[in-house]
Amino acid sequence: MFAILALLIGIALGIWLEPSLPTGLTTYLPIMIVAALDALFGALRAWFDGTFSDRVFAVSFFSNVLIAALIVFIGDQIGVGSQLSTAVVVVLGIRIFTNAAAIRRAIFHA
Amino acid sequence: MPDESDVEARHAADDGSVAGESHGRSLRDLVRALTRPSASQILLAAVLLVFGVGVGTQLTTKAADDPYATARRADLIQLLDTANAETSRLETEIEALKATRDKLQSGVDSAKVAQTEAQNRLDNLAILNGTVPATGPGIRVVIYDPSQKVTASTLLDAIEEFRDAGAEVIEINDSIRVVASTWFGGANGALVADNAAISLPLVIDVIGEGHALEEAARFRGGLVSQVQQFGGTVTITQESTVSITAVRALPQNRYARPA
Repeated sequence: MFAILALLIGIALGIWLEPSLPTGLTTYLPIMIVAALDALFGALRAWFDGTFSDRVFAVSFFSNVLIAALIVFIGDQIGVGSQLSTAVVVVLGIRIFTNAAAIRRAIFHA
Repeated sequence: MPDESDVEARHAADDGSVAGESHGRSLRDLVRALTRPSASQILLAAVLLVFGVGVGTQLTTKAADDPYATARRADLIQLLDTANAETSRLETEIEALKATRDKLQSGVDSAKVAQTEAQNRLDNLAILNGTVPATGPGIRVVIYDPSQKVTASTLLDAIEEFRDAGAEVIEINDSIRVVASTWFGGANGALVADNAAISLPLVIDVIGEGHALEEAARFRGGLVSQVQQFGGTVTITQESTVSITAVRALPQNRYARPA
C-alpha cells in the first residue's frame, strides 16, 4: 500500500513541481525510466517467485538505472549514442516482456 | 533474467526477509501484501517515489518542450544539413523561375512593341494606298467652271500643289480617291480620273494643314487665279473635320516583291 501511494505521490510531485532537469540529463532520463521499469518488473517477478528482497530491489534498481545511463553516456562520447540508446531500450524491452510473461504465469497460471 | 533472479534469491536467503513460504505466490498474496503494509515496504516505497518523480518529470518535459530540445547533437546537425540543402535547392529553383519569368515578360514586351510598330506602318500604308477611309482637319475646294475650261493638267497641277503643301489624303467629288498612281485625262468638260468621269462642279476634299493647303491654291498663278482666268470661281473652306470615305482596291503587284 505504501508502495503504490508513494508511486502516485512521486508522479504527482514530478508533474506539479516541474523540477528543472540539467540539460545534460534530458537525453538520459527516458533511458533511466525504461531501466527502472525493467527493475520494477524484475522485482515483481521475484516477489511472485518468493525470492523478493527490498534491499536487493533497491540496489538493483539504482544500479540498473545508472548502468543504462552510463552505457548511453559512453555511446554519446564515442559517437554511437543514438544507436546504443536504441540497443539498451531493445534489450530492456525484451527483459520487461520476459518478466511480464513470468508474472502472468504466476497470476493466471497460464 | 535468470542471473539476477539467482542473485536476488541468494541475497534474500542471506537477508532472511523473505516470507517463509516454500515457493511461489498468487494474486491473492499480492492483494494481501498491499492491503496490509509492513515496515519492510518503506524502502520499496522510497524507491518507487524516486521512480515516480522521474516519470513525472519526463512527462512534463515531453509535454512542455518541442521535440528538438531532447534531440542529439548529431541528429540536429543532420536536420540542419537537410534543411540547408533544401533551402539552396529551392533558391536555385527560384532563380531559374525568375529568369524564365523575366525572359517571358521581355518577350511579351518586344512582341507588343513590334505589333504597335507594324500596326502604325499598316495604317500609314493603308491611308497612302487609299484602301481605308480617312478623317482629319483639312479643306474643301469647290470649283465652279461654267465655261468648262478646266483641263486635266490644271487639275493635276492643283493636286501636286496640295501634295507639296502637305496633303495626306485627297478625294475628288466624294467618289474618287487620289493616290500615287491616279491619272487625269479627258477633254475639257469631260474630265476623267482613274477611268471615272468627273462631274461638275468639281469638289476636292483634302486632309492636311488647312492654312498651308489654302495658300497652295490661292498663290498667284495657282488654281484659284487659273480658274478665275477662265471665268470660273473657286470657294475654299477650312474644316476641322474632313471625312473621306472613298476607297480604292489595292492592285496586286505582278512582278515586284519585297526585297
